[in-house]
Amino acid sequence: MQVQGANGSGKTTLLRTLCGFVRPVQGSVHWCGQDIGEWDDDFHAGMCYLGHLNAIKDELSALENLQMSAGLAGYTLSERQVVAALRRMGLQRREHLPVRVLSQGQRRRVALARLLVGDAPLWILDEPLTALDVGAVGLMQELIGEHLSKGGMAIFTTHQPLQVAGVETRQLTLS
Amino acid sequence: MRKLSLLGLLGLVIRRDLLLAMRRRADVLTTLIFFVMVVSLFPLGVGPEMDMLRKMASGVVWVAALLASMLSLPRMFSADYADGTLEQMMLAPQSLSVLVLGKIVAHWMLSGLPLALIAPVLGLQFDMSVPALWALVLALLLGTPVLSMIGAIGAALTLGLRGGGVLVSLLVLPLCIPVLIFGAGAVEAVNSGMSAVSNLSLLGAFMLFALVFTPFVAAQALRISME
Repeated sequence: MQVQGANGSGKTTLLRTLCGFVRPVQGSVHWCGQDIGEWDDDFHAGMCYLGHLNAIKDELSALENLQMSAGLAGYTLSERQVVAALRRMGLQRREHLPVRVLSQGQRRRVALARLLVGDAPLWILDEPLTALDVGAVGLMQELIGEHLSKGGMAIFTTHQPLQVAGVETRQLTLS
Repeated sequence: MRKLSLLGLLGLVIRRDLLLAMRRRADVLTTLIFFVMVVSLFPLGVGPEMDMLRKMASGVVWVAALLASMLSLPRMFSADYADGTLEQMMLAPQSLSVLVLGKIVAHWMLSGLPLALIAPVLGLQFDMSVPALWALVLALLLGTPVLSMIGAIGAALTLGLRGGGVLVSLLVLPLCIPVLIFGAGAVEAVNSGMSAVSNLSLLGAFMLFALVFTPFVAAQALRISME
């Protein structure tokens, strides 16, 4: 599902509410038929959230960043898995560089590589295409397409039209 | 892909924070150098009268340790807050308290532990006796974790506020007074020929009590700050 809307129309607030950061003033958020407040942490195990902030550390390399963020999410990754994910995101031979020296677009790619190493069925992406070049936008369309065809769900906000091949996407316009 | 146990997760958070600190050593060193400077200023300021120095030694070292640990408190969560890692921690399927406990332990290893280890060297400037130095180190080893733990609550509550650095000191310092009293008291007891055991036991009790409650409270405070 693609969420659209003018600046300040509440796209980020909506996504943060879905994640459970903010409690809705009215209504409720349900996951598998149960209010997310009643889910223990299992709800979070089934989702991957990528916000405006990349959640990567400048001092660590791309490889270390992905291993640490996987660790915080509760699982360990082999170096091979991480390198494969980074390669898919177009970061060959950048695995061991500190993220500090990478460009904005490359940092965003490191953050997006998190989607590839996890197995969460629900992706919640806030402006995933910020700072990405044309090639990476194409890659993102491909990745979301693959995820959906495997039975996953994705909710994302974007100002660019994103064509996901082979799957029907829903659009939600906030005003 | 292998699931991490809670202990594994705790270890990972500690390792991560230590690794980050090693890549940014200046932050750790400033705390330690501040502590050394403050303690060293006293003998220069009050003059070289051994009796007086010996009497005030434990108090001076403890107050300096308290102030030095306040210096590094605002940094406990702010970097993770600024780059979005804290959001990811909140979304982690494990309990946030465990992650917070890991951060507290790492914070203590980077601020409290070095202070406790260097304190005997500074104690020599005050002509402290060997038993008194031992009491000082033990008291610091038991007391500084409490400072990190109470500090974590303050740091979590003031996250993202302007001028949060000063505010956290104002919040946390009054709560640290018992630790200061019994910590300095342990050395006093040894100086007056008594045993420091009762003071050290109380410090140990504070530490265990804080260990049980503070990670949970700090985690709740973080949730409030993030809303």
